[in-house]
Amino acid sequence: MSRLNEESLRIANEIIDRYPIKKSALIPLLHLAQEQEGWVSDGAMNHIAEIIEITPAEVLGTCSFYEMFKRSPVGEYQLNICHGISCHLLGAENLLHHAEETLGIKEGETTEDGKFSLEGVECIAACTEAPCLQVNYRYQNKVTASYFNQLVQEIRDENRSEIPKHGSLAKVRQSIPNERLAGIEPVEHAQQPEWLNRNGENS
Amino acid sequence: MTFPLITTSRWEIEYAHIIDRYVETEGYKALTKALTMTPAEVHEEVKKASLLGRGGAGFPAGVKWGFLPENVWPRYLVVNGDESEPGTYKDRILLERDPHQLIEGCLITCYALGLSQCFLYVRGEMAHGQERIANALNEAYRAGYIGKNILGTEFSVDIILHWGAGAYIVGEETALIESLEGNRGMPRLKPPFFPASIGLYGKPTIVNNVETLSNVPWIVLHGGEEFSKIGSEQSTGTRIFAVSGHVNNPGVFEVEFGTTTFRDLIMGDNYGQGIRNGNKIKAFIPGGASAPWFFEEHLDVPLEKSTVDQAGSMLGSGAIVVMDETTDIVRACHNVVRFFSRESCGKCAPCREGTNWLEKILQRIIDGNGRDDDLELLLDVCDNISPGITWPPKQTTICPLGPSAVSPISSAIKRYRNEFEAYISQSSTGTPVGIQGGIL
Repeated sequence: MSRLNEESLRIANEIIDRYPIKKSALIPLLHLAQEQEGWVSDGAMNHIAEIIEITPAEVLGTCSFYEMFKRSPVGEYQLNICHGISCHLLGAENLLHHAEETLGIKEGETTEDGKFSLEGVECIAACTEAPCLQVNYRYQNKVTASYFNQLVQEIRDENRSEIPKHGSLAKVRQSIPNERLAGIEPVEHAQQPEWLNRNGENS
Repeated sequence: MTFPLITTSRWEIEYAHIIDRYVETEGYKALTKALTMTPAEVHEEVKKASLLGRGGAGFPAGVKWGFLPENVWPRYLVVNGDESEPGTYKDRILLERDPHQLIEGCLITCYALGLSQCFLYVRGEMAHGQERIANALNEAYRAGYIGKNILGTEFSVDIILHWGAGAYIVGEETALIESLEGNRGMPRLKPPFFPASIGLYGKPTIVNNVETLSNVPWIVLHGGEEFSKIGSEQSTGTRIFAVSGHVNNPGVFEVEFGTTTFRDLIMGDNYGQGIRNGNKIKAFIPGGASAPWFFEEHLDVPLEKSTVDQAGSMLGSGAIVVMDETTDIVRACHNVVRFFSRESCGKCAPCREGTNWLEKILQRIIDGNGRDDDLELLLDVCDNISPGITWPPKQTTICPLGPSAVSPISSAIKRYRNEFEAYISQSSTGTPVGIQGGIL
């Protein structure tokens, strides 16, 4: 039952402040929880419910809709092999079977050492690089069987430091200097923006 | 035929995603110019350009902007960067290689329409794109292009980076709004209320695609009229197409809208360079997985919205997937249907149940358990999702996802019925299969 730690909570509050309504921060916050632990635990979901003032059921409702959120632990490296139509035409099924044999697991499973999880996923928008895959959402293009083996080996040997552990997405976060912030208009009773007076109407 | 590159002009420039490089290459000049015009004048330029939305539906952006009700505040801009249509692969490159161009487009749009906050929704799986756009936003905030009193004027707007978590349906604009509100990404019932009148938080909201907004700086800088001279009368400007599948040179190309043909893109030396191994073309998808398939006789159709619509398909999201003569049409069809079955949000019964059944029936045909009347059954289920199986499709669902699953089946059966029949004629009922399909 782990809650968001101090650092995650600090970032969470920064994110929440960017939205007129707190619940809008839910998906970014779930990503934050997943970044902290590699998956989204019930404890994290309860904590998120507390801080954005909605019910845990609402958090679960949203969380369970999106396939990137894992509600039980997965491998440190999530291998998502694309089987969209373009990759299908260029051998995605063979690649998936090869991956299953190499890792000794079926699609949807995690290796015993907790290192790799394998999934066949829908189009990941790298169609001209087919067949492609993502490791923790980092692209690998035109993947052959031998390249796949090499990739797995390099990860096992810890030679792919550019790929973060599962859960962390973008390594760069948006940060807005306070003095540059335009600020949020209230959803109710907002005024016409000042610059529209330039049109000469409604002024 | 020559035309200026509008959205991809910086793709070949190194470090174009960095603000200094962007500014050196005419970046943020359009914003500066827009701020010397009145908001209404900027809107007028975009109307003159007849810029069609580049997300899929192809609705004119200037007209969409015009639907905002008067005197209702605040109003929002939501940028649709949830690109996930199979075969589509342009918004991601725009985000990664020229994020400032998109930001500039957003700023100009907010200025023109009096939008007080902009949410940039980027697909969850695009980690690299998110990094590039986050970095670009941070740079632009520091340089005074975003935020309070932009470039010393009274114009102030924040752009907030938001990211998804893996759901195709969120590319539908009302589902995108739901997702942005922190909900399950299920489309809203419409009409009567479209997002322009009741959108995010119940307020007027403009939802535009990444490529659409990336055109805006050029339009403001060079004028709407200049833009409308490029392309054909009803499909102006340029468009980015991703050509993938069995071509020699798969790639993402910006071409003149309306005048280039599918043959140019698939066979042309500057583009797809023909079918691999000198093979013949068997079929191609002209506009993303939702589009009905085209065949050899459609190669000379121009990439023009209304012409493609009349020919029975759509340009959709600008994704062309080419299948050569070695393609197993039944498996390709199953692949596309499986996509829609998995991505159905589950809100409307015809789609939730129908797409699942379509996938299961196709799976059993492939597994060797097909039944004699399976083709009729497939078409019957299709008819329940989209009555009459016509083009443009009628729908029994809130959004077009359901009818989209009908496209590959009706196209494939119409043209290659014999391949389905070949599978079925070799079937012997009782072939043992796994619980999720697939021969044991």
